[in-house]
Formats: sequence, C-alpha cells, structure tokens
Amino acid sequence: MNIVISLILWIVGICVAGWVFRAVGQRIRFPSERLNIYFRDMPLMVGIGFMFGIVSLYFVFHFYFIEKVTFFVWAVQGFVVFAISAWLFLMLGRNVGTQMSRKLFREMPATASFGLLIIIIYSLVAVFAGAIAPYGQEEIFEKINVLPGGDPATGGDPRFLLGTDQLGRDLLSRLIFGAQNTVGIAFLTTCLAFLIGTTLGFLAATLGGWFDQFTSRAIDALMAIPQLIFALLLMTIATAWAGSNKGLITVYMIVIIAVLDSTRVFRLARAVGLNIVVMDYIEAAKLRGEKLSYLIFREILPNAYAPLLAEFGLRFCFVFLTIAALSFLGIGIQPPLADWGTMVRDLSQFINFAVFSPLTAALPLMAAGAIALLTVAVNFVVDWMLHRSSGLKE
Amino acid sequence: MSQSGPLVKIRNIHIEGRADEIWLEIVRNVDLDLDRGEVLGLIGESGAGKSTLGLAAMGFARDGCRIASGTVEFDGIDLIAADAVTRRSLLGKRIAYVAQSAAASFNPAHKLINQHTEAPVEHGVMNRTKSQADAIELYRRLRLPNPEEIGFRYPHQVSGGQLQRAMTAMAMSCRPDLIIFDEPTTALDVTTQIEVLAAIRDIVEQFNTAAIYITHDLAVVAQMADRIKVLLRGDQVEESDTRSMLSDPQEDYTKSLWAVRSFRREQKPLASPQDIPVVSVKRVAAAYGETRVLNEVSFDIHVGRTVAVVGESGSGKSTAARCITGLLPPVEGTIEFDGVALPPDYRQRSTEQLRQAQMIYQMADTALNPRKRIGEIIGRPVEFYLGMKGAERKERVEQLLEQIELDPAQFMDRLPSELSGGQKQRIGIARALAAEPKFIICDEVTSALDQLVAEGILQLLANLQDSLDLAYMFITHDLATVKSIADEVVVMKNGEVVETGPKDVMFTPPHHPYTDLLLSSVPEMDPDWLTGLLQRRGVDNIGDAAVDKMESR
Repeated sequence: MNIVISLILWIVGICVAGWVFRAVGQRIRFPSERLNIYFRDMPLMVGIGFMFGIVSLYFVFHFYFIEKVTFFVWAVQGFVVFAISAWLFLMLGRNVGTQMSRKLFREMPATASFGLLIIIIYSLVAVFAGAIAPYGQEEIFEKINVLPGGDPATGGDPRFLLGTDQLGRDLLSRLIFGAQNTVGIAFLTTCLAFLIGTTLGFLAATLGGWFDQFTSRAIDALMAIPQLIFALLLMTIATAWAGSNKGLITVYMIVIIAVLDSTRVFRLARAVGLNIVVMDYIEAAKLRGEKLSYLIFREILPNAYAPLLAEFGLRFCFVFLTIAALSFLGIGIQPPLADWGTMVRDLSQFINFAVFSPLTAALPLMAAGAIALLTVAVNFVVDWMLHRSSGLKE
Repeated sequence: MSQSGPLVKIRNIHIEGRADEIWLEIVRNVDLDLDRGEVLGLIGESGAGKSTLGLAAMGFARDGCRIASGTVEFDGIDLIAADAVTRRSLLGKRIAYVAQSAAASFNPAHKLINQHTEAPVEHGVMNRTKSQADAIELYRRLRLPNPEEIGFRYPHQVSGGQLQRAMTAMAMSCRPDLIIFDEPTTALDVTTQIEVLAAIRDIVEQFNTAAIYITHDLAVVAQMADRIKVLLRGDQVEESDTRSMLSDPQEDYTKSLWAVRSFRREQKPLASPQDIPVVSVKRVAAAYGETRVLNEVSFDIHVGRTVAVVGESGSGKSTAARCITGLLPPVEGTIEFDGVALPPDYRQRSTEQLRQAQMIYQMADTALNPRKRIGEIIGRPVEFYLGMKGAERKERVEQLLEQIELDPAQFMDRLPSELSGGQKQRIGIARALAAEPKFIICDEVTSALDQLVAEGILQLLANLQDSLDLAYMFITHDLATVKSIADEVVVMKNGEVVETGPKDVMFTPPHHPYTDLLLSSVPEMDPDWLTGLLQRRGVDNIGDAAVDKMESR
C-alpha cells in the first residue's frame, strides 16, 4: 500500500513541478527570442517530461554514487563505454573511406553505428574464435565455479578472466565459441528461411490463383500452431530419429526453425510482391513474354530488397532467440558444443546469489547479456535501414 | 481586423527545400499581393514552385521545405512569426485549402458531412446541427446532385468531380477570407472539369472570397482568375491582369507558354480499303468478371497512321488497349494483326507476335523499373527479341537513345529516378522501339507532362512514325492532343464506339451529341469562354448533368 501511495505522490509531484516549470518559463523574459517562443508554445506534457527527466537523472546518480548497486553500476559503465565507442566508430566512418561510405555514415544515427559496431565485433569473434579463445570449448580444468574478475581475493583466477563453469570449462572461451555456434547457426537458418519464404511468396504473388490460395492456406495452417511449442514437438521427434548422431540433430533443428520462420517471410514477400506485381513495368515485362524466373529475380526482387533486408535483421533475432530457447530447454545445440542458450541454462541457478554475491550471479548473465546485446544491435541497424528505405518518420 | 491594405501580402519570400544534405532554393524572392475578393492565378510548369508558394500564403511549408526569409502577412498578421495558437485559429477558419486530389484528401473512413462539420465545430463558428444544414445549402449552391443526401455518403461512393465540389464546400464551411485551390481540376475529365470550374467560380463570387488558383492549364486559369502570375523555376516571370496577360504577354517565356498548342500535323491521306490494316479490332466485347465493359468495339489501324481513341475515364479506351495486348482476353470478337487473328491471351501468343505490338504507358514512373539502369531497360528487349549481346547490344541501345534525342554517354548508366518526367517518357518510347515493332499503343503518354514537354514528346512520336512507318493507337482524353497528332479519331463512351472518322471530318460539325459535348467542354484561352458557354447552354447543360440527360433521351 505504501508503495502505491508514494508512487502516486511522485507522479502528482512530477506533474505539478512540470506545470510550475512551464509557467515560470513563460513568465521570465529570456534574452534569447527563440527560448521565449519555445516556452510560449510548450505543451504541458513537455514540461512534465523535463521534470521526469530530472527526477530520473537524480535516481541514476543516487544508485550509482551513493547506493552503488553493483549491476546498476555495471549497466551504466557499459552504457557509457558503448556510447563512446559507437561515437568513435561513427567519427571514424565519417572521416575515413570512400565518398559513398562517408556519406552513408554522415546520414547514420549513433544508434545504428553502435549496432553496426557490435555486429562487426560479433562476426569477427565468430570467424576467428579458434584464434582468439585462450582455451578450447571442451577443455576441462580442475578448478570449478571460478568467479569472474580474475582477482584471487574475490574468488577469481587470473588464468580464467571470466571464471569457469561447474565442470571447470573456461567461460571466456565458451562465450567466444558460443558466438561461432549460435550466431553461425542462426545466420544459416535465417538464410534458409528466406530462401524458402521469398521464393514461395513471390511465386504466390506473381502466379496468383490456386497456387496463391494453396500456399497461403498451408502457411496459415503452419502459423496457427504456436511456434515454440511446434518447434519443441518437431525437435522431440527429430531427436528420436537422429538417435545418437548429434550432428544430425543440429541439421534437423536448422531445417525445422527455417521452415517455421519462413512462414513469416512468405507473408511479407507475398505482400511486398503483390504491390510490385501491379506496376506497369511488370506488365511490360509480361507482355514482352519474359519467363517467370526473370520476372521474379530480375524485376521483382531488386525492388523488394529494402523491406526484405529489414525483415532479415528482425528474423535473424527471432531465429537466434528460438535457438537459444531450444538449447536452454535442452533440445537445441548439443553439448559439449558451447552455446549461449545452454550456458544460461547450465548456470541459471547462480542467479539466486545475486543479493549476496553479484559476481556469482554474473555467471549466467554474461551469456544472456551477449544474446541481448546482439539482439539490440541488430534491431538498431534494422530500424535505420527501414527508415532509409521507406522514409519512415519515427 | 484591419480593413485597409491587401488581404495577403508576401514580401521577398525565399523558400528552400532539402535535397541530399543541402538546402536548395525552390522559390526566390517573390512578392505577392492579394486583395479581398480577388482571384489570383498562379501558373507555371511542374517544379516552378507554384504549390510551394501557395502553401506559403498560409504560412506553411511542406516537410523538407522551410521558409528561409521574407514575410507573409495575412490581414495584418505576420503568419511566420505567429505562434501555434494564432495560426491554428486562422487555418481552416479564415484560410482554407483545396487539394488536387480530393479522393486522396478525404478520410475514407468518415462520411463527407462529418468531415465538413469538423472545422466549424472545432473553431466554434457553428454547432453541428447548424453546420450540417449549412453544408446541405452549400452542396445545393455547388449544384451537387441530391444535396440533402449526398453528404451522408462515404468518399468512395461519389464521383471524382462531385468529391472535388464537396471539398470546395468543405473549404467554404467557415466562410474563409482566402481559399487556396491547388490544381483542383487537373485530375478530372473535361466535361467534369467544366462543372467544377463553374461551381467554384460562382461560390467564390457569391461569398466574395479571395482565392489563389494554382494550375498549369492556361485555358483554365483564364476562366478563373482576375490576375495571373507566371512562375518559372522559382522566379516570378511576370504578373498582370488576365486580359492584358492573354492579349499582350511581355516576357518570352510567357509567350512560349501561350504558343504551346501550335504543333499540328496534317492528316495523312486515308488508307485504301483494299489495304490490310496492321491491327483490326472486330466486334470485340470484354468483361471484368460479370460486368461488361466493352461492347461491339470495331476499328482499324493502318500502316503509318495514328488512330486516336478519345473518351472520358471509364469509357473503355484503356480496356480496348488491354484487349489488343491480350492482358484481358475478349469474351467476343477477334483482334487481327496483318490479317491474321491473334490468340486472345498474351500467354498464347508467339514471341514474334508480342514483339510486333508494343506499349507506352501513361505514368513513366511506374513503367520503368526503378532499380534498373537505362542501358538495361532498353537493352533487355534488344537482347530478348533480337538476340543481340555485348557490344552489338550496346551499340543498338546507343542508337536508340540517339533516336529519342538523349545523349547515350550521359544517360546509359543512370537510374530512372535521375531523369525528369519527359526524359522518362522518352525512355519508355525507346523501350518500345527497341523491339522494332509495327504497332505501338500510346496510353495517355502526355497527360502527366507539362505542356512544353508534352509537345516535344508528340513531335518525337510524329518523327518516329514518319521514319519507321509505325502505326499508333493513341489513347487520350485531351482533345488538343488529338487535334495535333491524329489521322483518325474513335470516340468512345460507356464501352461503345460512339463515332469514328478521319480527323478533319470529326472536328467539323455536325457531330454526334456526345462528341459535341466533349469538344465544347475543352477550355479555351478566351477569358469569356466559360461565361459564354454557360449563357449559351445553361448550367444544367454542361458536364455530368448533360451526359445524364443525353442518356435518358
């Protein structure tokens, strides 16, 4: 009850402060005419927004400097580091490179450059995992449950910077190899999903008639079943088929997720395709007597790149999360292959120690953070691409 | 409220638009004065800045544009410096705007009258009931059919001309001092246009409203405006009252605008009856689903001749073209090419048959694939039909570009978006020529272009016809175009051929009543033309009303 009352008091306080802020701003004559006009035309919500911002800033300072909540401190530090590196990356892109790439970077918001930076780092790590990782992903050491930090005083070990798991495997190495496995498989799966989805979608848009009806209804049927449950069901069957062949399970998983995700791609490709098919240049190509493959790949596809590319980014995130979820549930990527989803599951019980020992709780959070960071980064880039291709305002 | 001085006073206005990171001037240093009750016509080609200037009179700049300097005063109020509240109290109430496409500007989810009453209720001019009664009165004055009832329809349930009048009524709802008409009749047929023009002119006079009338059609502006201002690429060319502007233009540019409709080709001698026509449409009927859209349509097109197919929107002229190309297989009748019947569906035609009949589209924007370079767009038919590849193909494309009077070195690697409207249309022509056809369908090829540019295209088509002996089917609703290029004319209405014959015969009376109506509805440069026509025929004998009468007869 107390929390509710204090929350209401805070909200009322902020609203009143916002109103006062605006009223005062309107009374004062500033030397700058623009500031005067700004206050005169300011909606009340903007004034409240200003006050809300000030209150939020206060809390940030409070938790950072006074209460020093460990995770909050980490989050703020991480945010600052990433913001600075994104800005540096942006400046680098604006001043180095060809005319085209410089122009691209000049138009790019900071969020997109952050996303791009993260994606580049992830792909480098994934490609060169073997060279970067200090140990192998399956190597087992005698020390188990070493805490991150590398400081013996807090239970760390300088040999294992991010600590080890309950079997004694180096977490830094596993995180790096996890990038290779999880991101690589997700990328492959998304490509496959797009191959299936766009081909069928464009065919449905161009041919229309019974083919469109048939594929669309089949896709509807697939989409009617909740995706994760369906994937779980199919994966259980696939695991039984694969038997002890663990590599085969991964192949089945790629195909199953690709097919399930291609339904969404199909919907998009068909909708985009339908808008393009009615254009006069398609009619002209048809009247010229062009074949279906030319129509689809040479006339329609180049005009659908922008939305498809944006969807590719989003779809990649979903596929990636599905793989992580399946691995978390134990039927995705199979151990001893390192995978972020599995890592979260294996270390999940340590989250209970968050109150006493933040370092212990950080074990599962690192893999989870790696997933979250990539998802956010991809979405930033996708947003920007959508903005560019469609002229979307917000 | 100050009663002295002009209603709108724009001084030294500079408006800039953002293009590729830099601000470019769209309107340069233009002054504009408008008195109460006066109608000012703003004319110029597309890109001249006339719409931008019109909007600036409301103190408004489109997205991506800004008013860089200058002042806009409305009734003594500085609109640029005014705060949001003041401006909101003026717009819609004392200044109203009528957009080019009423169909795109009305909200399709609400009834007309509900959209009409929005502004008066919002501004506190009238309450809803009073405003509704007023709307019906305005509909009556604008001579909309069933004024009591039409407001309770949704926008898609009324025709384009009626919608444009409903929008004018909406602009009038608060009895504004100023209305800005932005090309209100450009998208309409001639017979509908004349009705809208008469209605707008009446109502503006009745309420003594000042108006800025933006258009590129000189004949229209001659009917509507008291004064005309000519713009060219953001600069003012000249301004004077309508009569002296028409009789005695000062600047060369204005003179060239006036002289535009001079291109005219002599009618070629008729083909002898023994000749086999290139295309022969024989008693063709077509339907979309159950609805019949064409009935018993027959006409012939001979080698080196141009047949103009004229009619209003919905008359079936484009459908006839779709039947010839095979996109819409006719349900009855046949289409013969060089005396041989063509398969009805284009999918069953041979590549050779497809090659012989090409098409040029109205909207060059949608007819050219925006992701392909010009060399590829023109090169594809060369490769596809004639099997030329590599250097041979490139040479042929260059040849074609020269034929359409564009520099190959400059245009070969451009994208369609890097061309102007007229250049795009030329590329469309080149693509058709690349197939080396005998017959080309030109579907409203000039209607989206400025008059000077359109003239160039017509000239090009005529030259190509002479050198290559092409047969054209020229679909248009613009009778001036017909006059300049056609050899034979086919008049269509409601999917039937009303009248057909050689051009010279068709343009000399007596006509079929429908042809007569079409011909008499084309605005002329004479500022008294509309007044004269209304006196001669009466308000009920123009436009849709006249068409309806003709049908009931």
